[in-house]
Amino acid sequence: MNGLQLQDLYQGFREPQTIRVLADKVRQAASSLKSPLHIMEVCGGHTHTIMKYGLKQILPDNIEFIHGPGCPVCIMPKERIDHAIALAQMENTILLTLGDMIRVPGSKSSLAKQRALGCDIRALNSPLDAIQIARENPDKQVVFFAIGFETTTPMTAAVIKQAIALGLGNLFFHINHVLVPPAVEAILSDPACRIDALIGPSHVSVISGAKIYRPLAESHNMPIVVSGFEPVDVMQGILMIVEQVLEQRHEVEIQYTRAVSFDGNLKAQQMIDTYLQPRSHFRWRGLGDIAHSALRLKDEYRHLDAEVAFADRLSDEPIDDHKLCICGDILKGLAKPQDCKVFGRGCDPTRPLGSCMVSDEGACNAYYRYAEVTLPPSAKQNMNRASA
Amino acid sequence: MCLSIPSQVIQIDDANIATVDTMGVQRQVSLDLMPEAVDIGDYVLIHVGFAMNKIDQEDALESLKLYREMVDLMDAEDLKVSQGNS
Repeated sequence: MNGLQLQDLYQGFREPQTIRVLADKVRQAASSLKSPLHIMEVCGGHTHTIMKYGLKQILPDNIEFIHGPGCPVCIMPKERIDHAIALAQMENTILLTLGDMIRVPGSKSSLAKQRALGCDIRALNSPLDAIQIARENPDKQVVFFAIGFETTTPMTAAVIKQAIALGLGNLFFHINHVLVPPAVEAILSDPACRIDALIGPSHVSVISGAKIYRPLAESHNMPIVVSGFEPVDVMQGILMIVEQVLEQRHEVEIQYTRAVSFDGNLKAQQMIDTYLQPRSHFRWRGLGDIAHSALRLKDEYRHLDAEVAFADRLSDEPIDDHKLCICGDILKGLAKPQDCKVFGRGCDPTRPLGSCMVSDEGACNAYYRYAEVTLPPSAKQNMNRASA
Repeated sequence: MCLSIPSQVIQIDDANIATVDTMGVQRQVSLDLMPEAVDIGDYVLIHVGFAMNKIDQEDALESLKLYREMVDLMDAEDLKVSQGNS
C-alpha cells in the first residue's frame, strides 16, 4: 500500500553516505562564514547524537557546539530531589518517577540509595502505570514525582485527568515540568553568552509546535531550526542553520517536517492547559531562578498536589551543587565537560557527582562515553569496569 | 528519557489503546493525546507510553528520496573527478 517501511524511519536517517554528503555541503557552505558559528543544541538527546555518531569530527572547525540545558534530570536542583526523598520516606508511601531521576544525588542521598534502604520507589515506563499502582494499593499513598520538558508534560496531564475521572483519593502529583523557551531566553540574555543559533528538539515541538521559538528568533536575531534526532536530521539542521546565517536570515525553520508543525499537537496543549499553569518562578540547577519557567497544578486541583498535601515535610531552601562540580557552567554552555576538575576523576557514570554525568542525556555522560577525552589511568579502569 | 520512538500501529485494542511495533518489540500505548484518528499501518511517534503524533509517510519518503539523489549526485561527481585524474 505504501513504500515506507518502519526500518526506513531508523536506518534511512542514519545512512553514513547521506551524513557524509551533508557534511560536505556544510563544509562547503561554512567556508563562506565570516566568523566561527556557535550552535547550541538545546536538548541532551542532540548532544548524544552529535557525540555518538562523531558528527563533531566531520564538521569544519568554525562550527562549534554549545551543549544546552535540555535534560530534565540534569536541571533538577538538589532541593527538589530532596523533596522526592522526603516523600519516599513517608510511612505507607510509594514514590513513582521516570528514568534516570532515581540515580541523581540530592543533598545527602539519592532515590536509588533510599530504595536500597527499603523505601518503595519505582521507575515507570509510562506515567499511566501510576493509575494502576494507585488502584492496586488503595491503603497506601502514591506520589508521582513528575519530570520532563514540554514533551512529557501532556502525559502527566493525561494521568491527572484519569485520576480525577476514577476518583482516586490516594494518588498525588509532585510537578517538576519545565519549559524550554524561558530557560533558553535566560541563557541568551547572559552577557557571557556566545550562542549564534539554536537547534530545537523535535519532540518538544511535536507537542508545542515550532511556534514557541518565534519570540526568541525575533528578539535575538537568531536562526532556530527544529530538528529530529537521527544523525541525518541533525546534519541537515546544521546545514539549514549555516544557510540562514549566510543569507542573513533569522527564522524558525522545521527540519523534522515528517512530524512537527508550526502549531504542534493542539489536543495535548489543551490537556496541559486544563490541569497545569506556570509557576511564578523555578530554580534550575546551574541556571538559577527563572520566572515562569516551570508548571504546577492549577489551584482547583490543589488537593492532588503533593507540595500542598505534604508541605510540612518539604523545604524549599536552595541547595547548591558540590563545589568542584561545574554542571552549572556546562548547562549554560560556558564550559565543556573536560574543563571540570572532577570529570572522569571522581565523577563518572558509575559514581556521578553532578547531574550532567548521571543522566544518559547529560553532556558529561555523552563526553565520557563517546569523546576522545584524555583520562587518568584510574578513570580508564572505571570506564572498562562500566563497559564490562 | 525524552526521545520519541517511531513505531507502527498493528492493532487498535479499544477506543484509546493501540498495540504498536517498534522494530520487533510490541507494546501497548495510549492514544489519549492523539489529535486525529489512528489506523492500523500508521506510523506514530511514541514517548513514555503515549502516541504523540503521526509521522507523515509522504514527507519521510520525500526526504529519503532527496537524500538518495544527493548521494547519487555526489558519487557521480566523485567518479568524474577520479576519471579526470586517471
